[in-house]
Amino acid sequence: MTVSAPVAERPVRKPKRQQRFDEGTGRLAAILLSPTLLVLAVVVLFPIIAALRESLFQSGQHLDANGFVVQGSQFVGLRNYTDIFKGDTGHRFWNAFYNTTFFTVVCVVLETVLGVAMALVMAKAFKGRGIVRASILVPWAIPTVISALLWKWVFQADGIFNAIIGTQVLWSTEGWQSKLSIVIADTWKTAPFIGLLVLAGLQTIPAEVYEAAKVDGANAWQTFLRITMPLVKPALLVAVLFRILDTLRIFDLPFVLVGAHKDSVETLSMLAFDEAANVRYGPAAAYATVLFVYVAVVAYLFVKILGADVIGEARAKKPGGGAKGKRRRDREAAPSIGAAAASNTGMGV
Amino acid sequence: MRFERSHARGTAFVAVAGSLVLLAAACGSGDNGSSSGGSSSTGALDGRGPITFATGKDTSGFLPKQLAAWNAAHPNEKVELKELPEDADAQRQQMVQNAQAKSDAFTVLNMDVVWTSEFAANQWITQIPEDKVPDLGKLIPATVETAKYRDKLYGVPITSDGGLLYYRTDLLTKAGIAAPPKTWDEMLADCQKVATLPEAKGMSCYSGQFEKYEGLTVNFSEAINSAGGDIVDKDGKPNVNTPEAKAGLEELVNGFKTGAIPKAAITYKEEESRRAFQDGKLLFLRNWPYVYSLANKTDGSSKVAGKFAVAPLPGKTGPGVSSLGGHDYAINSFAKNKATAIDFINFMASEARQKANIEATSQAPTWASLYDDPTLQKQFPYLAPLKASILGAKPRPKVVKYGDVTAAIQAAAYDALNGTVAPDKALSDLQTKLQSLITN
Repeated sequence: MTVSAPVAERPVRKPKRQQRFDEGTGRLAAILLSPTLLVLAVVVLFPIIAALRESLFQSGQHLDANGFVVQGSQFVGLRNYTDIFKGDTGHRFWNAFYNTTFFTVVCVVLETVLGVAMALVMAKAFKGRGIVRASILVPWAIPTVISALLWKWVFQADGIFNAIIGTQVLWSTEGWQSKLSIVIADTWKTAPFIGLLVLAGLQTIPAEVYEAAKVDGANAWQTFLRITMPLVKPALLVAVLFRILDTLRIFDLPFVLVGAHKDSVETLSMLAFDEAANVRYGPAAAYATVLFVYVAVVAYLFVKILGADVIGEARAKKPGGGAKGKRRRDREAAPSIGAAAASNTGMGV
Repeated sequence: MRFERSHARGTAFVAVAGSLVLLAAACGSGDNGSSSGGSSSTGALDGRGPITFATGKDTSGFLPKQLAAWNAAHPNEKVELKELPEDADAQRQQMVQNAQAKSDAFTVLNMDVVWTSEFAANQWITQIPEDKVPDLGKLIPATVETAKYRDKLYGVPITSDGGLLYYRTDLLTKAGIAAPPKTWDEMLADCQKVATLPEAKGMSCYSGQFEKYEGLTVNFSEAINSAGGDIVDKDGKPNVNTPEAKAGLEELVNGFKTGAIPKAAITYKEEESRRAFQDGKLLFLRNWPYVYSLANKTDGSSKVAGKFAVAPLPGKTGPGVSSLGGHDYAINSFAKNKATAIDFINFMASEARQKANIEATSQAPTWASLYDDPTLQKQFPYLAPLKASILGAKPRPKVVKYGDVTAAIQAAAYDALNGTVAPDKALSDLQTKLQSLITN
């Protein structure tokens, strides 16, 4: 090695020998990992960049004198983006933005409350617990499109729901009722998902903690607030984060259950789909990018503010620093749950 | 810890650099693709050899027999079936994707009649000289019109479809009415007479298809055309802000207001409205011919089997105007063996093949003569009114941006029927919207 480099490096804590070791393994690791990273680049990075590029172009918007569409795509800079926010499309965009946010907030809150309740029920030891657990999970196992068709049948004009409530509510028409039908169907389907993850979190809580609480004379509510909730929080936050990300890009449920072009339930994903179906790929890519940024910002804020430990980096970052022993243990429980959730959402929600 | 991160950064750099190379490649190919398009679509219809036929899912099971008949006669120019999904939007999407990739995977396309303008304007389908289709003059003129863009032929109509008025003969006879109504006023008067019968308890007068989807465009167009209006006039200009259009739309709006059309009809597509008629909840129903055999089933699924008949749609002052349905066969601009393709299309359009097709599938033919065939009329009692319906039918707006136009029509019609927007405001807004969609 040269003389100057170690001199420059001297203030740094690492000794010289370890630096050289790093360079050797680094190269080997790069070679060994490059196929994986190349695949990731092809399946993740490339589509994102291609979509970003597409969103700067427009094609097929004008006819020539013979009535033929002028061929070739044209670079329009950020116009596809500015068009989203102004005029008629702006009205449509903000309506869809509101709907998307509304569904996310309302559905996730309801699902969280119900999911936690389901998990508490499932965690109790009682006769027939297996059957209860399995039946709670059935809605989650049904593909969204199928459950959307199922609920469409329930909500149709002469359907079961109207027969039960005794009046004819036209659920699939514009208005609060179509929003409500989406909330009901989405909550029915995905509360079990939160229940499943929270149940996994509950089972990592050792029984001794509860016994100690009992000895100290804590009542049920205190036990829930002071022991169950803090200990199950990492798992719950991961579950809620995944639900938020899923609901932000909700598409198939409103599309099938209520229908396309309905202002009451149109979401951002549906706008992007509609543009693409009308062969305007530039604006469609712009809509998709705006949605992508929205999802990314929400996910970032959620992780930063609530500290959801999705990839287990907290454990790696601060080994021992600051956190009390109990805290560290429940953080350790999170990564495996995060991984379970990831493989679950991979099935498509 | 630290060294892990530093080389992770290094490999990330490799990954980014690699993807930039990919991106550059993608940009290059994209630009090449878009700059060289279009020139092949005006080529002559030449080349012989095997071809493919792209069509929506064949639910009848009869199509393979038709293709086998062609293949037996043309061993060197066999046609291969490419079956697309059942849903029309998904079929269009696959055809558009193929065209944009300039793929020759599909030779002959089975297209919905409303796609012609978009596909022709984008030069995704080849113009067909009219002298290459010898039987063109024997087809019903309205169906040939659907295959034209700016007066040039881009396809050959193979099947057609028109709206029919289904009505309850048992109740009309009991109320002393001999003939089906020819106008809306007559229909409403008939309903009032029938309403006094005890059997009519809980029934509504009329329904079409009013859910926010393509069927609403059809029903809205029929109402406006039947009142003497136009959505798009002969010069291709939007023309909905007229007294005729208003009269047509108001007929439907008033139907909802007075209860002649049931409230639930705003959620009806074809099947929901058919069920309502079969369950005896409707006196009159506007629907397609396919309902006839289903409503006549005696297995208990229909309460009106043998108790109904069909007539042409009623209009404002006389017989109404139906919207045209059906399918045209067109040739992919980027396909090989176009000479074989046009021969195949003529084969499928021939009288013999169309007769075989209606016998097996009950799909309406485009040959005028087949509607007068006595054996067919016996098998399909609705053929005479269907012929009247199709002869007087009008195509839906022939526009390049059909997807946007039909969405705009649905939005305006839906708001008016829902009572949230007054009919004249809905129409003047629609006029503005259509002008922005159709002018360029």
